Amino acid sequence: MNYVEISKELRKKVVKLKHESQGGHLGSALSCIDILTVLYFKVLNIDPKNPLDENRDRFIFSKGHASAAWYSVLCQKGFFPESELIESANGSKIAGHPVKDSFPGVEASTGSLGHGFPIANGMALAGKKDNKNYKVVVMISDGECDEGTTWEAALFAAHHKLDNLTVVIDYNKIQSFGKTDEVMNLDPLGAKWESFGFDVQEIDGHDFDQLEKAFDKQNDKPKVIICHTIKGKGIKTMENTVESHYHKVTDQEYQQFTEEINQSKL
Amino acid sequence: MRKGFVKALIELAAKDKDVYLLTGDLGFNAFEPFIEKFPGQYINCGIAEQHMVGMAAGMALSGKKPYVYSIVPFLTFRALEQIRADICYQNVNVKLIGVGGGFSYGSLGCTHVVMEDLAVMRTLPNMTVLSPADALETEALVHAMYQTQNPTYLRLANAGQYSTHQTRPVINLGVPVVFEQGGDMAVIVTGIQTNFCVQIANELKDQHINITLIGMPSLKPINEEALLKAIGSCKKILTVEEHSVIGGLGAAVGEILERHNWQGKIQRMGINDAFPTKVGTSDWLRTEYGLDKENIKKTILALLVN
Repeated sequence: MNYVEISKELRKKVVKLKHESQGGHLGSALSCIDILTVLYFKVLNIDPKNPLDENRDRFIFSKGHASAAWYSVLCQKGFFPESELIESANGSKIAGHPVKDSFPGVEASTGSLGHGFPIANGMALAGKKDNKNYKVVVMISDGECDEGTTWEAALFAAHHKLDNLTVVIDYNKIQSFGKTDEVMNLDPLGAKWESFGFDVQEIDGHDFDQLEKAFDKQNDKPKVIICHTIKGKGIKTMENTVESHYHKVTDQEYQQFTEEINQSKL
Repeated sequence: MRKGFVKALIELAAKDKDVYLLTGDLGFNAFEPFIEKFPGQYINCGIAEQHMVGMAAGMALSGKKPYVYSIVPFLTFRALEQIRADICYQNVNVKLIGVGGGFSYGSLGCTHVVMEDLAVMRTLPNMTVLSPADALETEALVHAMYQTQNPTYLRLANAGQYSTHQTRPVINLGVPVVFEQGGDMAVIVTGIQTNFCVQIANELKDQHINITLIGMPSLKPINEEALLKAIGSCKKILTVEEHSVIGGLGAAVGEILERHNWQGKIQRMGINDAFPTKVGTSDWLRTEYGLDKENIKKTILALLVN
């Protein structure tokens, strides 16, 4: 499958999970699908058959509220069978936020914002101490940039020259209760990271070529890729809305959204 | 106690390259020998405790064994959610070392004098909670906790001139340290006051009064059978701790006794539910708040006759 086909499969999985769980964060999951597609099907050196390989790349999904996206890509990649892709049913392994070891490939429990980046720093530092070549990628949300620990972690990563670390920001510009520039303005976001000592790239987070190229970049700095994305990407009525953070997918919408994704060219 | 911690950690780091000392920019006049011997296993994480704890979790998830050091409130309260979600929820091998327990920093005010840490740490699933009596007990606990994979909180106090043990004791985590047995009442104690209680027990012995004295370097886990065996037939119990009477040693012992339907009288000595706002030296504050040797002795004698 090519990127477009994979990302369509992932979006349909997300809609299925959100329909069955009747949980929120649909828009947050849809905005990061294309980034996850490139990460898991191109960038990350990981093997579902050997998920604990000590030389594997580490990926921390810090914007844990969008776990439906992450579990969908793990499933698509073969870390667990589709029969277990069930969210928030009684006894199911998938919760609204990722739980470490719920499935192979879930490196850390996340969901409290501002926690994944420090954990990623610890993994990146450990890799350096052990002279390992693995890279560490952590995906954070834009709202997560409100958290103090994001900037504590940025200070640390730059000071310790963690060039094996990449922070990916899913910059869909809508956080829990409003637009980021209304709740807590982040701009100029790139300049902030640059001033902290990061290599900064700003790209279209739905453009597969740009994503590939951005993840290819090598230098001696910790890296941040600010991915400009669209919240709810792929479902027109959800795109760029705060509503998509809370919307419960009805039976009828499940069919409609799935069909819309099938038909779309993205 | 912190020198005991550093001494033991140097011993561990010498044989295990995965042992790391992380500090929130503290450790002046204590960590220098460690830094000199193992510069690559020492990380000053700056004054950013939440990040430090989360990062330690990431290191532990990558096979490292971080010992994370800061002053009690900055470690246990500032970084509480990281301790809960990143350390305990994920059940990773991170050891938290809180310095300045109880009245250690009595001259610095209640931002630094914390009497609630043991209670809060004790409620966290997977967490081991330790509170040594002196430097040698600290060394023993550091070695004992190294043997486990559990998240652990070690509360260090400034023991000053106080010491109970003459040599490094062997401590099995959770098993009480029985100093005296066979009395009519049991004194169960943790931390600095252990030193006072050992002296009191000796003085009472000279007056032909025997008490059972049980030291509790581990508040969690507690080997319940061993504790009940040490209490034996005592029908009066006094718990003593430099900590709030809510949620610490007294509560832990009470919970066990309740579970085992123990019948008798139990009294708690500690800090009542208020900030101890007086300012002074540790020993002066112990006297002011009734946790000094004389008041403990008085309380024991009163409980013996009532």
